[in-house]
Formats: sequence, C-alpha cells, structure tokens
Amino acid sequence: MFRRRGDRYVATFAVDEVRVLRKVASEVVGLLTDGFDHSDPVVCRLFPEAYPDDAVGTAEFRRYTEGDLKTAKIDQAGAILAALPDGGGGEVRLDAEAAEAWLRALNDARLAMGVRLEIKDGTDLGAELDDAVADDPTSSRVFQLSVYAYLGYLQESLLNALID
Amino acid sequence: MGDMAAPQVAPVETPDTDEVPAADRPWVTIVWDDPVNLMTYVTWVFQKLFGYSRERAEQLMLDVHHKGKAVVSSGARERMEHDASQLHAYGLWATVDRS
Repeated sequence: MFRRRGDRYVATFAVDEVRVLRKVASEVVGLLTDGFDHSDPVVCRLFPEAYPDDAVGTAEFRRYTEGDLKTAKIDQAGAILAALPDGGGGEVRLDAEAAEAWLRALNDARLAMGVRLEIKDGTDLGAELDDAVADDPTSSRVFQLSVYAYLGYLQESLLNALID
Repeated sequence: MGDMAAPQVAPVETPDTDEVPAADRPWVTIVWDDPVNLMTYVTWVFQKLFGYSRERAEQLMLDVHHKGKAVVSSGARERMEHDASQLHAYGLWATVDRS
C-alpha cells in the first residue's frame, strides 16, 4: 500500500502484486487499442454517452473528444506499467503527476472489472467473495473478486497519501 | 404615523424559466452514481477539476450517492462538453444536458 515519503508516493509490491498490476494495466491497454468496441459494456462505461437521449449529439461529442480520451487512458495505464519493477517484486516511487495517473488508471481497471463482475450498488464484496469461494475456490471469479478488492485498497491508500 | 412610503419602482417582469427560449438556457454537466467509484475519489475529482472546496465537493458527492445524480457545473455547451470529457478521463459517469 502507498505511503507518502517527502514529495514521493512509495509502495513495496510482492512479485504476485506486480504480476497482477501488470496484467490489469495491460488488459486496459488492450481494451483501448485492438479490442476497442463501443458495444462492449466496459467500453461503454469508460466512454459514457454524453447525451443519453441524443445519438447524434453523442456521436458528435465522441468525434471531438474520444481520441484524446483514449490516448489519456492508454497513457495512464502506461504509467503503471512504466513504474513497476522489472522481474519480481520491489519498490515503486511516484511523483505527484505519476501518482495521479496511477489513481485514474487504477480507477479504469476497477471500472472494467466492476462491469465484468456485475458489481451493483450495495454489492457486499466480502459476501460475494465468500459465495464464490464456497462455490469453487479455484474459480476465476474468486481470483477476479480478490483482485478487484485489492485494487480498491491500493487506490484508496494512494488517494489518502495524496490528500494527507 | 403613517406607513413608510412605498418605493416607486415599477414592477419588474421576471420571466418564468419556461418562457426563456430553450436555446438561451445554459447547459449543465451531470454526474451519475455508479457502484464502483470510491466516495473519497469522487470528492477528490470534484476538488481537482472544479477547484471546489472540500465541503462543496463532499456535498456534491453525497448528492450523487444518495440522489443518483448531481449537477456539477453549468454554462456554455462547449464548456460542459469539456467538463464531461475531463470527468470521463477520471472515470466518472458524466453526461451533458440543458438546465
């Protein structure tokens, strides 16, 4: 989890954490490049319709803003990939700009996972995880829910370090 | 003693909102509730993007959370589209509408 040290935001990650972070950030990049598809509910959530009742207005809005928005989201996911230690666990040190890019990128990753996991208002993550474990502890849902919860804690620790 | 003289000011016509032509009404940026974004993150984004005080940003976040949505800025349409696009970069679910 992140802590502030001077003007840097520092966290030490185990090898598994680095692997998970690299995976989720790469998946976001993949979604925004090769896999970009407006009919994908995850893309819909990351690029909301500006005018829900006006398809023409939404298309216009997208024409002017979507390219920049896509680039920004790829860059912020790239900020995670760039800062992770190579080959194993280790320390990550972020300046304020990189810390904000991480915050936005962690949020994008959580949004994407939240759509896939069908997280709703009032979803109790602990209960959800218990159910999934009871169902099949080796399932991909157990893994995905754990990663989703982990990213939330990580994002919150970074945000608290920034606000302090 | 008599009443104070009423000021001689002609009544001012204050048009109802309905009477303002639609094209002249300002636009608004609306943020909608979603189950993923952390409350502290949403508050931070409002402070960051709009320069709102922590108190105001927190109130807006609570409005989003409890009422399902809140108007976070208002003004010219282009400005609102800019705001919505910025909010999308932070992962908030924002739309643009007439006020």
